[in-house]
Amino acid sequence: MADEKDKIINEVTQGEYKYGFTSDIPTDYIPKGLNEDIIRLISSKKNEPEWLLEIRLKAFRHWLTLEMPHWAHLNIPEIDYQSIYYYASPTKKEGPKSLDEVDPELVKTFDKLGIPLHEQKMLSGMAVDAVLDSVSVKTTFKEQLAELGIIFCSFSDAVKDYPELVQKYMGSVVNYTDNFFAALNSAVFSDGSFVYIPKGVRCPMELSTYFRINAINTGQFERTLIIADEDSYVSYLEGCTAPMRDENQLHAAIVEILLHERAEVKYSTVQNWYPGNKEGKGGIYNFVTKRALCKGDYSKISWTQVETGSAITWKYPSCILRGNNSIGEFYSVAVTNNYQQADTGTKMYHIGKNTSSHIVSKGISAGHSQNSYRGLVKVVGKAENARNFSQCDSLLLGDKCGAHTFPYIDVHNQTAIVEHEATTSKISEDQVFYCNQRGIATEDAIGLIVNGYAKEVLNKLPMEFAVEAQKLLQITLEGSVG
Amino acid sequence: MLEIKNLHANINGKEILKGINLLVKPGEVHAIMGPNGSGKSTLASVLTGNPAFEVTEGEVSFYGKNLLELLPEERACEGVFLSFQYPVEIPGVSMVNFMRTAVNQQRKYRGLEPMSASDFLKLMREKKEYVELDNKLANRSVNEGFSGGEKKRNEIFQMAMLEPRLSILDETDSGLDIDALRIVANGVNALKSAENSTLVITHYQRLLDYIVPDFVHVLYNGQIVKSAGKELALELEEKGYDWIKKEVGE
Ligand SMILES: Nc1ncnc2c1ncn2[C@@H]1O[C@H](COP(=O)(O)OP(=O)(O)OP(=O)(O)O)[C@@H](O)[C@H]1O
Ligand SMILES: [Mg+2]
Repeated sequence: MADEKDKIINEVTQGEYKYGFTSDIPTDYIPKGLNEDIIRLISSKKNEPEWLLEIRLKAFRHWLTLEMPHWAHLNIPEIDYQSIYYYASPTKKEGPKSLDEVDPELVKTFDKLGIPLHEQKMLSGMAVDAVLDSVSVKTTFKEQLAELGIIFCSFSDAVKDYPELVQKYMGSVVNYTDNFFAALNSAVFSDGSFVYIPKGVRCPMELSTYFRINAINTGQFERTLIIADEDSYVSYLEGCTAPMRDENQLHAAIVEILLHERAEVKYSTVQNWYPGNKEGKGGIYNFVTKRALCKGDYSKISWTQVETGSAITWKYPSCILRGNNSIGEFYSVAVTNNYQQADTGTKMYHIGKNTSSHIVSKGISAGHSQNSYRGLVKVVGKAENARNFSQCDSLLLGDKCGAHTFPYIDVHNQTAIVEHEATTSKISEDQVFYCNQRGIATEDAIGLIVNGYAKEVLNKLPMEFAVEAQKLLQITLEGSVG
Repeated sequence: MLEIKNLHANINGKEILKGINLLVKPGEVHAIMGPNGSGKSTLASVLTGNPAFEVTEGEVSFYGKNLLELLPEERACEGVFLSFQYPVEIPGVSMVNFMRTAVNQQRKYRGLEPMSASDFLKLMREKKEYVELDNKLANRSVNEGFSGGEKKRNEIFQMAMLEPRLSILDETDSGLDIDALRIVANGVNALKSAENSTLVITHYQRLLDYIVPDFVHVLYNGQIVKSAGKELALELEEKGYDWIKKEVGE
């Protein structure tokens, strides 16, 4: 009976990674390794202004003084930062202005990923910025959005076209001194998305960035900056995939979000970087710093993440609730299988008065994986009437995996109400058998049960993504329970 | 048609079924009674392929197929349905989604196209009537927070949706109030046909007033020790099981 269960667990978790193909796209690399010359080269490739190069160099010099953080519940192999390519881009003459100028192979790659770059083929109501390796290859619906005063473009274009905005806000939420990977990203970041929503504007479509690593031995260091002006609203989605390769690849991104008064931002991620093979070989190291600053009163940030990919995930999307009555939300599903490791969670800093935060974390572990929730709820002395509720659930599939919860609560104001609930459960054989008895095969039964478990979070995703994410959960766990 | 021959089964190495023989023909209703712990639910589990139990000996054929060779979901698709004594809760999975998955997987097994969403919802509406299942229940997660009686009603609703050839009702009457008992029994009767057979596991004659059995069997200590017509249920109600235990020599 125990054997039977193991067998099923194995079966359900042995799903294949669907996005593992590589594309044959002519690629420009700069030499491997990291030093000031490389940074100057990246900056000159991108025709950057002097001030930006200065930031990069400062960040690099600071990075040299730092050591890799080791506090996470992760076993991270030594990373040789000199063996990585810090810049790779599809070869092209000039930045493509229309789709006709985009390499057809590139269009095909994104088509295969389900991200059509032809606007007429796209799901209506979603604008996409497609980033391949180090550069943004195409942003759709730019013109329509511009009519509302919304800026949605690649980070590089923003540096050229809106330097004053970039200069004003870049690093204001995540400074290069923040941590090891933030410093690294600030030194070598290549591209990413830039969003500005003007006062009083509700963005009428989902904005989305799709990140794809294609080139070998290449790190991806993108930066996203979202500024939501007073009374604005935007829902932003981020998706990511990478080819299957035996070598590990590094992804160290920064996402900064700044919210003015009464602004609301929903940021959703479906992270599906290549997780490595069943023996734990290869896969992406995903070390990401994401943070939102609720600067204005009554502003609201909502993070939703579905983390299924990457060999190692180190990620804590956080909320600085500085504005009075501001709200931070974090909804997360993190699935790990085989030898994947995830240490993820959030930080809620209650600084303004009457701030509130809500955390729902659903961890699902299978195979030999390790899945940790790490969260901080901090209430400073002058934060009157702060409210927090955290719910951290872990679901175990099998008995070789681990689930861990590290909640840190740091409260300096007596009016605060902070609640934390945690549960750990297993998929019960009775539940699976009940489904079987109705004619539902075990894999589908586990898909149903897991999706039911994660429903509260999946419901927060925009429709199309929710369906995608449900399938992804099932695929990720294929071969893991029976 | 179900034919069970000399069926033995273990759980955790302990023998629970010790040689069951039973023949159930199309259209027949068989009641299985017997003291607590005698193996009634175990028999239901073994017939439906619950992996917790190990079959050590014997044969079970269902319309010519060797049931014991089939996976639990295949048995279900062949038309074996179990109304569980203790239905489990599946949080977050809506009844609609659950039933739709079940119906479509069974259709696929039979080489049929999946049902359209509108046809499916129509079917749900229709079948809910059989057991007067509250609309609110159908919109909730599978059994989550259902009362004991609601769970049982939900089992029969699922039976109505899946139209099995063999229904095994494991103490479906326990936990039902008097009205619910009548409603559920009427539901079961409405679904009965000349082809479909029913195995009713129960402790009480009451249910058998509504669902009238062709045969009543007494399961005791892992074996069927007595079989007779419906009058046996009345006799058991009156006298209990001691006389049977004596008959078997205990
Ligand atoms: N998981 C298990 N582990 C050990 N013993 C078990 C297990 N499940 C059932 N049994 C034992 O098997 C025997 C038969 O149980 P079963 O549930 O089939 O009885 P039953 O006839 O349905 O009883 P009831 O009328 O109380 O429902 C009992 O002695 C019970 O304790
Ligand atoms: Mg029983």
